[in-house]
Amino acid sequence: MEIFLQQLINGLTLGSIYGLIAIGYTMVFGIIGMVNFAHGDVFMVSAFIAMIFFLLLTTVFGITSIFLTLIIVLVIAMVLTSLLSWTIERVAYRPLRGSFRLAPLISAIGMSIVLSNFIQVAQGPRNKPLPPMLSGTVTLMEKNGFAATISYKQIMIWVVTAVLLAAFWYVVQKTPLGRAQRACEQDRKMAALLGVNVDRTISLTFVMGAALAAVAGTLYLSYYGVVNFSDGFTPGVKAFTAAVLGGIGSLPGAVLGGLLIGLIETFWSGYFSIDYKDVAAFSILAIVLIFMPQGILGRPEVEKV
Amino acid sequence: MSFITEVEVDVTVDILPSWALDPVLSVEHVFMRFGGLVAVNDLSFTAGRGDITALIGPNGAGKTTVFNCITGFYKPTQGMLLLKHGSGDSYLLERMTDFRISAKARVARTFQNIRLFSGMTVLENLLVAQHNPLMLASGMTILGVLGLPGYKRAEKVAIERAKYWLDKTGLYSRADDPAGDLPYGAQRRLEIARAMCTGPELLCLDEPAAGLNPRESAELNALLLDIRGTEKTSILLIEHDMSVVMEISDHVVVLEYGTKISDGTPSAVRNDPRVIAAYLGVDDEEVEKVEEQLDEIIAESTP
Amino acid sequence: MTSDATVTKHGPDIPAAVKDAVLAGVIALGIFGPLVGLKTEQNMSNELVITTRWGLVAVIVGIVMAGRFLLTTFIWPTIAVRKQRDKAPPSAGRLAFLASFKKWFPSGSLVFLFLYPAIVVYLLGFQGSLKWVDNFGIQILIYVMLGWGLNIVVGLAGLLDLGYVAFYAVGAYSYALLATHFGLSFWLLLPMAGILAALWGIMLGFPVLRLRGDYLAIVTLAFGEIIRLVLINFRELTNGSAGISSIPKITFFGIWSFDVSAPNNFAKVWGLAMSSAYYKIFLYYLILLLALLTAFVTLRLRKLPIGRAWEALREDEIACRSLGINTTNTKLTAFALGAMFGGFAGSFFAARQGFVSPESFVFMESAVIVAIVVLGGMGSMIGVALAAVAMIGGTELLRELSFLKAVFGDNFDPDQFRMLFFGLAMVLIMIWRPRGFVSAREPTVFLTERKAISGSLVKEGHG
Repeated sequence: MEIFLQQLINGLTLGSIYGLIAIGYTMVFGIIGMVNFAHGDVFMVSAFIAMIFFLLLTTVFGITSIFLTLIIVLVIAMVLTSLLSWTIERVAYRPLRGSFRLAPLISAIGMSIVLSNFIQVAQGPRNKPLPPMLSGTVTLMEKNGFAATISYKQIMIWVVTAVLLAAFWYVVQKTPLGRAQRACEQDRKMAALLGVNVDRTISLTFVMGAALAAVAGTLYLSYYGVVNFSDGFTPGVKAFTAAVLGGIGSLPGAVLGGLLIGLIETFWSGYFSIDYKDVAAFSILAIVLIFMPQGILGRPEVEKV
Repeated sequence: MSFITEVEVDVTVDILPSWALDPVLSVEHVFMRFGGLVAVNDLSFTAGRGDITALIGPNGAGKTTVFNCITGFYKPTQGMLLLKHGSGDSYLLERMTDFRISAKARVARTFQNIRLFSGMTVLENLLVAQHNPLMLASGMTILGVLGLPGYKRAEKVAIERAKYWLDKTGLYSRADDPAGDLPYGAQRRLEIARAMCTGPELLCLDEPAAGLNPRESAELNALLLDIRGTEKTSILLIEHDMSVVMEISDHVVVLEYGTKISDGTPSAVRNDPRVIAAYLGVDDEEVEKVEEQLDEIIAESTP
Repeated sequence: MTSDATVTKHGPDIPAAVKDAVLAGVIALGIFGPLVGLKTEQNMSNELVITTRWGLVAVIVGIVMAGRFLLTTFIWPTIAVRKQRDKAPPSAGRLAFLASFKKWFPSGSLVFLFLYPAIVVYLLGFQGSLKWVDNFGIQILIYVMLGWGLNIVVGLAGLLDLGYVAFYAVGAYSYALLATHFGLSFWLLLPMAGILAALWGIMLGFPVLRLRGDYLAIVTLAFGEIIRLVLINFRELTNGSAGISSIPKITFFGIWSFDVSAPNNFAKVWGLAMSSAYYKIFLYYLILLLALLTAFVTLRLRKLPIGRAWEALREDEIACRSLGINTTNTKLTAFALGAMFGGFAGSFFAARQGFVSPESFVFMESAVIVAIVVLGGMGSMIGVALAAVAMIGGTELLRELSFLKAVFGDNFDPDQFRMLFFGLAMVLIMIWRPRGFVSAREPTVFLTERKAISGSLVKEGHG
């Protein structure tokens, strides 16, 4: 029971991070039908930005309030990561829009290689550990010397994720921008004819996805306390898995998929074998796609003859 | 009592239409439901061997759905689709997958929105249509890779067949051009040629005259009559262009909202008030008249 | 901001271009400022400290601004003018040149490939030739072969496979395990590795080939990762991350060995000075022949019904089914054949390296191979080969940039920049030619005249 509870808590924490990244994949796929392969690396870069500014604020500016630091870091990471993603879309994807379907995918893979190698060159190949922060825990249940605990960090991750998802949901559902996005998703040409600025809407989609990835990056950094230039690929692939699992194109699906992937991974490592946790996540992806290609909350794709 | 039944039997034999005598396709009580929507509702009709049978009806009447059931792209929810070859072999189409229907039951089709292999040449399109015999000739590829002469001969035969259809459809001069470069009317004809290259028993055409100008439309009529006359291939077609339907078809089936509302020769269907009502709609003052007519028909058909 | 705004007849709009360049500079400052300017490093007590590099940031921002300025004032207008000019039909001379180029290039490059080791040995001697035969010749040819193998799946059948490296791994581990445990010969294991890889291709292919487009891509990616993770974790069989070493060398068809200690060593038998160059040259010709086998089979298959069915499948799957083509089997044969050539290449790779580990089969390898196929032009053999030469050869050349250490200091590792440039090249080539180097399609059969089909008509497949 304690193990179950502990893995549930850990899984939901990890799942929140995957869910935040997955939204970026699902939104971009929904609006331009493209797998933004570089998104995982955008997430990694955001963790680096957060790491750099965390150091800057604590060691150079000497801010001691951990909450103030985190909030400032979060905002800066969101802004700079959005700028990065906007630029990538502008430079590497927009010129390819409307051409050959594989061209943007290859361009995105290229961009993913560029980002991870750029960070390796600029910041060095070694792990970047931060001093521990917010290390307190709350014990929920204890038996036979094994305690199920929630750390303050985990609580913070849940709260930040919930608040930002709510804000994001509001933007997508209730604002003109969200409406323009949904219109572009349905029919880009028609939306343009009706006066929606399609290019701007797509840019903003990338920006929103990147902002949420930056939240995920900051939370990831504060949770694990360490980041490496190669950390973009695996969480990226898993978040994409989450997006597909939840039904690509569906925003609640992305969050649900993220939570599921997080839970599968932690329960598998808790009960079976930590070595094969990624194998479990990928196998479930394959199984779900084979038997339920539209994902959990996605709309079934009707084959038009 | 026995005398009544005899009379009934006599009457039915008397009015049994020609297409029911030797049907190439019998559709019996077919239903197709998509969730709550009933796209095809208890449809039964027969298409006679060597006939051109037209399936008409307003937009959304379920014609293409019927086609998709016949060609295996959809599985009907319920009902039977029986295809009978001239040789006597018969196939239950609702039990077969799409590519087997084409390969074994020899039902070929065209599509409403043309589906050519646009990046391949016209000739290549026609060779892809002869995939199965060529595949056998190439020894399931193995003999072909080794370059044995058997396959070369089979390919020559296939090219001759393609040339024959290129000639018939007037596409010979464009054989080496990509299919995607052809003008619209030629693409329609190429799709028919490609379907005919499979050597079908039944050819299903989904709106073959859509988007054609009057001259092309007349050429199409001639081509279809020729397919029926020389190739002895039965044709089932969906069409909105009434000039095509009335001019060349032997038998017309009318659908509305998935239900058959009329079935008969072109002239009989043309004068059927239910068809007129379904197609043209009716003015307010005519509603009563049509309703009266309908009542009469209902009274006649249910003694 | 937009490119067409600056394309006016009266020459570039300088003030707007300046404004534009400044904006680009601000964006560059935002992106590169913290990531380049604030370098984090661990000090002696393992704490991260920040060292600033504002000079470098200033240089980068300067380059971005200058680049953007040149782009808007000079490069884009030039390109636009050239595009206008290209709309006119090319001159007869140019067409004749292209035709003769197309005719002579394949056979010419084939002759060159066969003479290449001889040329290198003549110029640099046996020892000097090592690097050029091995790092450039063999390395590039492995990727040419992988590219051609994957070309069957992605280029012809239009199935996007992002896990191709899995079959490469199956081939490599088949040879590594069977040769080290049972001492079987390469010449027996080469076909076996191919068959095993093909079987894996069918096994993985069967459930996933119903999927369409990006779903197929992501499941193949997942399978590729699963195979790699199993190779890492199934330590009893694969020795985990440590990999398998001392894999036997290939013999010259069992006649001569390239092992130094063997009595029938090639150099000993022929009374030559000991050198590893003989083995490398032998490997070069072996991979050249394997690659040519792939090309030969692919070219033959294209003209057979199965090849036409693959291409038809890429064009329109539904139409294929309406013509009686069993699309599942057709896709499976493409998958299995591509996997088989990947398996051949894998067993060659294991023999050449003498060592295999899961490190060699990461997703990035699959991505590189897919990139080679797409950059080359889907379905084009020449294009794929050119892309492999450009991408692999180009990045191998970057290894030679060690003189830059003199400029940037000893910590400078050109190897890191290698992949950075590789990625940048992928993006730039896609923007320059979204359909790859050679986009036109050659028809497989013709009645009167063989005309190339413009790439804009050829579809890229959806499943």
